[in-house]
Amino acid sequence: MADVSYLHRVRAALQERGLVIQTAAFLLAALVLAPVVNLLWTASGGSTAHWTHLLHYVLPHAARNTLALLAGVGIMVTLLGTGAAWLVTAYDFPGRRTLTWALLLPLAVPTYIVAFAYLDLLHPIGPVQTTIRTMLGYDSPRQFRLGDLRSIWGAIFVLGTVLYPYVYLSTRAMFMMQSASLLEAARTLGCSPRQAFLRVALPMARPAIAVGVSLALLETLNDIGASEFLGVQTLTVAVYTTWITRSDLAGAAQIALSMLIIVLGLILLERHSRKRQRYVTTQKMRPLPRRALRGPKAWMALAAGVLPVLLGFLAPAAYLVVETVKRYTQVGAVSHALVNSLYNTLLVATAATVLTVAAGLILAWAGRQLRDAAPANGGRVMGRMASLGYALPGTVLAIGLLGPFVWFDRALGSLFGLSGLLLTGSMAALVIAYTVRFLAISVGSLEAGLARISPSLEQASRLLGHSPAGTLRRVHLPLLRPAMAAAALLVFVDAMKELPATLLLRPMNFDTLATWLYAEAARGTYEEGAIAALAIVLAGLLPVILLARTNLKFGN
Amino acid sequence: MSTRSKVLRPTLSALALCGTLGLSFAAWADGEVSLYTTREPKLIQPLLDQFTKESGVKVNTVFVKDGLLERVRTEGAQSPADVLMTVDAGNLLDLVEGGVTQPVKSKTLNDVIPANLRDGAGHWYTLSLRDRVLYADKDLALTSFTYEDLADSKWKGKVCIRSGQHPYNTALVAAMIAHDGAAKTEQWLRNVKANLARKAAGGDRDVARDILGGICDIGLANAYYVGHMKNAEPGTDARKWGDAIKVIRPTFSGKPAGGTHVNITGASVAKHAPNKDNAVKLLEYLVSEPAQVLYAQANYEYPVRKGVKLDPVVQSFGELVVDPLPITDIVKHRKQASELVDKVGFDN
Repeated sequence: MADVSYLHRVRAALQERGLVIQTAAFLLAALVLAPVVNLLWTASGGSTAHWTHLLHYVLPHAARNTLALLAGVGIMVTLLGTGAAWLVTAYDFPGRRTLTWALLLPLAVPTYIVAFAYLDLLHPIGPVQTTIRTMLGYDSPRQFRLGDLRSIWGAIFVLGTVLYPYVYLSTRAMFMMQSASLLEAARTLGCSPRQAFLRVALPMARPAIAVGVSLALLETLNDIGASEFLGVQTLTVAVYTTWITRSDLAGAAQIALSMLIIVLGLILLERHSRKRQRYVTTQKMRPLPRRALRGPKAWMALAAGVLPVLLGFLAPAAYLVVETVKRYTQVGAVSHALVNSLYNTLLVATAATVLTVAAGLILAWAGRQLRDAAPANGGRVMGRMASLGYALPGTVLAIGLLGPFVWFDRALGSLFGLSGLLLTGSMAALVIAYTVRFLAISVGSLEAGLARISPSLEQASRLLGHSPAGTLRRVHLPLLRPAMAAAALLVFVDAMKELPATLLLRPMNFDTLATWLYAEAARGTYEEGAIAALAIVLAGLLPVILLARTNLKFGN
Repeated sequence: MSTRSKVLRPTLSALALCGTLGLSFAAWADGEVSLYTTREPKLIQPLLDQFTKESGVKVNTVFVKDGLLERVRTEGAQSPADVLMTVDAGNLLDLVEGGVTQPVKSKTLNDVIPANLRDGAGHWYTLSLRDRVLYADKDLALTSFTYEDLADSKWKGKVCIRSGQHPYNTALVAAMIAHDGAAKTEQWLRNVKANLARKAAGGDRDVARDILGGICDIGLANAYYVGHMKNAEPGTDARKWGDAIKVIRPTFSGKPAGGTHVNITGASVAKHAPNKDNAVKLLEYLVSEPAQVLYAQANYEYPVRKGVKLDPVVQSFGELVVDPLPITDIVKHRKQASELVDKVGFDN
C-alpha cells in the first residue's frame, strides 16, 4: 500500500513537472534527428575532392536557380494566398461561399502532375497554342509558336499555382480571428479600407502568412518532379545527380546537409516574424462584417477569386479527366491494381496521419509557453527540430532512415532471437517515414492553435485543481479541435501524394497511387498515368473539402 | 492517466497494426524468388508470370527507382533480395562495386549472352539492349548520321535532348570519351549545347513530341520508345508523335568506328540471396527464346539472344550493329562524363 502511494506520488510529481511529455517530445525529436545524424555520418565518410568541381561548375548556378525559385514562389504564393484570403473574408459577392473551399482544391494535386499537365496543355501542339494558331490563321507550329514552359518562370508558375493554398489556409484563419473592432478603430482614425487592410489586418496576419509561406517554400525546396520536367537545375537536382549519376552518396549527403542552412534560414525567418507578437484573443470577438459588392465590382471579385482555382486545380483536373476519358475509350478497362493501390494509399496515409498528429500534439504541448517570460524551452527547440524532416528531399530522408531502421531491426533481432527484417521494407517503415517527413505540418498547426489559447485559461484550470493532463484534456483538446483537424487533413493529403520516400522504403508487391503513377511515367506512358493521377486528385478532394469545412466553421 | 492513454492508445494501436502488417510482408516462404528492380516491373510482368507458370516459383517484386544499392547494402545479410535488376549498365556495375552481388556460373547464360555483355566472373548479365538513336523529322532528307554530327553548327537551334545528367546520356558521353577522348568530347558537348532548341529536360518521348511541335528537327533518344509510339492506337497522342518522326541509327566516327551506342538492362544475383537457385533459374528463363521474344515485342527492346524475331517497327530500323566497345569501358568513364556535362553547363 505504501509502495503504491509512493509510486503514485512519483508519477504525480513527474506529471507535475511535465517530465512524461518532455521525454516523449525528446524521443520524437530523436526519431527525426536519427536520419540527419545518419546522413552526417555518411557525409563525413566521403571525400571532399568533388567540391572543387561543384563550386566551379554546379553550385553557383544551382544556388542561383534555387534562390530565384524560392523568391518567385514565395512572392506568388503570398500574393495569391493572402489576396484570396482577404477577398473571401472582407467582401461578399456571388459565389463567395463556394470559393472559400474551392480555393483549397489545388492542395489535392501533386506538383509533378501539375507540371506534366501544363507541359502538355501549353505545348505547341497542345490545345491552347493550337487554338491560338487557328485564330491567327497559321497551320503549323513551325510558323508560329509561343515560348517554352521549360524554364525557371514555368517552374515558378507551376509551383506557385499549386502551393498558394498553404498561405490561403493559414492567413484566412487569421483574418477570421481578427476582431472587427480593430479595423473599425482604424477606419474611425481616418484609414481608407485599403489602408486598414495594409496597416492593420495585414501586419496582424504576418505570422500566419509566414507559416504558410515557409511550408510552401519547404515544399518547393524538396521538389524534384516538377524541376525535372521543367529542366530547372536546383540544388536538389544537384543532390540527385551527385548521388545517382556519379554514385557518390557521401557527396550527395554533403550537399543535402548544406541545404539545411537554407532551411534553417526559412525557419528563423518564420520565427522572427512571429516574434514578440501575441495573438491571444480573450474577449468575445465580433467577426469582420463583409462588404457586399455589386455589379461589375462583384464580377471582378469573383473572377479574381476563381483565377487561382482555375490555374491550380480546374485546368489540370480537366486535363486529367479528358486524358482519362480518351484513354478509357481507346483502351478500355481500368486495372484492378489501381483499386489495390488506392487501398494501400488510404491505409498508409491514415496510419501516418494518426501518428503524426499525436506526435505533433506531444511536441506542441511540450513546447507551449505557460509563463509569458519563459525563455526558449526544450520542447520548443525539439518542435523546431521536427521541421527538419519536411525540409530534406524525400529520397535523401529515406536513405537516412534506412540505417536507423535496420539498426532497430538488428537490435530487436538479437533481443528476441528473430531473424529477418521486421521494420525495414514494411508498411510500418513507410508510416514512420511519413511521420518524420510531415511532423512539421502538425507541429506548426498545433503550435499556432495552442498559441491562440490564452494562458489564463490554463492558469485558471490549474488553480481550480486540475492536473496538466486534465487541463490538456478538458480545456485544450476541445479548443484545439479545428487545428487538429486541419493538421490531420493536411498530413493526410501530403502523405497520399508522397512519392520519393515511398519508392525507396515500401515493401515488396506494394504500390500506392503515387508509385503506380510513377511506374506508368517510368514506362514513358504518361497518358495511362492519367487515370492514377486522377485517382490521387479525387482521393485528395474529400480531405481537402473536409478541411475547408472545418476551416469554415472555425472562427465563424 | 486517461489523457495519456487517449493520446497513446491510437498511437500504439497504429504502431501495432503497422508492425503486424510489416511482419506479414517481411516473412517470405520458400519456392519464391524476390526481385528488386530499377526497371518498372509491369513491363516484365508477363515474363515473370510465365516464369511462375512454368517453374512454380512465385516472384515478388519491388520497383526501387533510386537507392537500390543503398537499400540492399543496408539490409545486409538479412536482405530478402535474390535478383537485382537495373536498366543502366552504370547502375548494374555500381551494385557489383558496392559488394551486394555474388558470382554465379551458368552454361545457359554463358552460351546465350556474348562475352562483352556479361561479367567474366559471373557477377552480372545483360538481358536486353537499348540503342540510343536519332529521331528526325520524317520529311528531313537524312539517311546516315554520326553522333559527332550532332555538334555540327548546321543544326543550330534544331536539336532536342533530355537532361545531360540522365544515365542514358552520361553513358553516351562516356562512350564518346572512350572513342574520341575527353577534350574532343568536351568540345562536342559545348557545340551540341549551342545547337539545343530548348532546355535539356523531360523524357525521351518529348523529343518526338517536340519535333511534331516544330520546336526541333532532330534529337537523341532510345529506340524502344519509337516501338511504343508507332505501335500505339491510331488517334492517340503517342501515335501522332511517333508518326512524325523517323529513326536513324547513328554510329561513332571515332575509332573503333561503325557501331551504335547501346545501354543495357541486366541483372545480378544478390550476395545474400536466400533463394539463389531460383534466382539463377529466373535469369536463365529471362534469356530463353520465349522470354526474349516478349522483351522484343512487349517493350521493343533489342534482345540479347541472337535470332529472336523482332517487332516490325524495330525491324524497320535494320540490323543493329553494336558499338564494339566493352560495356565496362563505357562505365569507367561515366563519372568523367557527368562532370563534363556539368562543366559545359549542358543542362543550365
